[in-house]
Amino acid sequence: MSRTPLRSLQTNVYNSPKERVVQFVLGACAVATVLTLFGIAFVLLGESFQFFSNVNVLDFLTDTEWTPQFVEKHYGIWPLLSGTLLVTLIAAFVSVPIGVASAVYIAEYAPASARRVLKPGLELLAGVPTVVYGYFALTFVTPLLQRFIPDLQIFNALSAGIVVGIMIIPMIASLSEDALRAVPRSLAFGGYALGATKLEVVTKIMVPSALSGIIASFILGLSRAIGETMIVTLAAGATPRLTANPMESIQTMTAYIVQVSLGDTPAGSIAYQSLFAVGLMLFLITLGLNVVANKVIRRYKENY
Amino acid sequence: METPPDTDVSAKLAARDLHFWYGTTHALKGISLSMKPNLVTAFIGPSGCGKSTLLRCFNRMNELIPDTQWEGDLLLDGEDIRSADPIMLRRRVGMVFQKPNPFPKSIEENIAWGARINGYKGNMPELVERCLRQAALWDEVKDRLKDNAYELSGGQQQRLCIARALAAEPDVLLMDEPASALDPLATGKLEETIIELKDAYTIVIVTHNMQQASRISDETAFFYLGELVEFDDTEVIFTRPENKRTEDYITGRFG
Repeated sequence: MSRTPLRSLQTNVYNSPKERVVQFVLGACAVATVLTLFGIAFVLLGESFQFFSNVNVLDFLTDTEWTPQFVEKHYGIWPLLSGTLLVTLIAAFVSVPIGVASAVYIAEYAPASARRVLKPGLELLAGVPTVVYGYFALTFVTPLLQRFIPDLQIFNALSAGIVVGIMIIPMIASLSEDALRAVPRSLAFGGYALGATKLEVVTKIMVPSALSGIIASFILGLSRAIGETMIVTLAAGATPRLTANPMESIQTMTAYIVQVSLGDTPAGSIAYQSLFAVGLMLFLITLGLNVVANKVIRRYKENY
Repeated sequence: METPPDTDVSAKLAARDLHFWYGTTHALKGISLSMKPNLVTAFIGPSGCGKSTLLRCFNRMNELIPDTQWEGDLLLDGEDIRSADPIMLRRRVGMVFQKPNPFPKSIEENIAWGARINGYKGNMPELVERCLRQAALWDEVKDRLKDNAYELSGGQQQRLCIARALAAEPDVLLMDEPASALDPLATGKLEETIIELKDAYTIVIVTHNMQQASRISDETAFFYLGELVEFDDTEVIFTRPENKRTEDYITGRFG
């Protein structure tokens, strides 16, 4: 019987060029994403610095008017911030209950046949382009709501918020469902064996056990709502206004950025620089929410 | 087909000509046996013989597995199990699983949970203490009742699961290889606990451990390929079994 000839122990296999090239390419790809993040932060900070050398930070944080295109200019972030928060709040009211209920149904109640239809259906909803959602809000949801609320303006926070909520349902449902499925079935069996009903097992064992993942899904869903642009640009209006009335036209931070980017605002002007200040604000809010989400997941994670 | 033996009126649990299927797999083929109150009955047999399946028939936990069905009669205190409400049945027939499965809650809350859903209105701390004492866990955890149950060792977790089952005030305890995930020391403690519990409960235990069956049970049933081969006093099964297969299995010649 022949045997492969022995090879020298000095052959370079462990640290061959091929191994090193692969490691380098993989590493470069990983670093590129981080560098991009730094690049974005750098540009945002640089331009915002320009902006804040012209506009007092205190004015930015306390003024209640946002009128960069008017003769009398005000740069108070509150109208844009309140617009964003109003839309996000409405979106939360729509998406949190429906998202969690869908997740509970799919994870705990649905027979296998229903799950096979529902899960891809939800994922399809997540694949709808946001411009389609925006158009849907403007041409379908608003007229529909106007039948019940005659005072509703054409552009309003309500329909935009509802549709943003519909948009993030799949995200919340899917992440919450993952969290519920990660709870071992043995816990459910333990509950049933004690004479618990299905409702008791679901509400008192499965949902509390998956709570960290479910809350994280809210936070991630809402940070997506805050950053959502197309729907609010199309349906919520372009009127920066400090209001809690969802029937009125408002403007969100993202919609303002779109408006200025599309307009003929000269580069270098204060209005132009204000883009970056608003962008920085958005960036900080979503970054903060993501950090909180990660903390929640880590802090309350159960190691079953 | 052999005629089902007359079900003893004093039987706590009984099966008569019980058949069970997972899909098209015929897992139990006409099992008839009855368990007397306040005894420990051991189910032994090689893996896949149907002993765990039979155990889960008595509290209808098999129904949580899709695509299963059963035929025949099951009785608890002479009452038909098939027509019973599974929730009410499981409150009287408690279960301890192979792998400890405490809830991700405090030690105390693990026990209170079952009692509360069963409508227990009495003094909760008292009940928690009694159940933990019965499960021989009280001395080890009395100072840390608020700690998460996952901080306990595997053996402690399993005894907590027993305490949790007791808190629902059942009169039967089904145990599905409760010591298989435990080390010998924890197993010893668990066995002592089981022996102490039989004064108040009827216990059915599935085990792969022959010594364990002989140490703790009063009666032993040997199953093979979905059939009940032999069922007798534990002493008889382990010293002079009638059936050749039983003898081969308990002496380790196959299995």
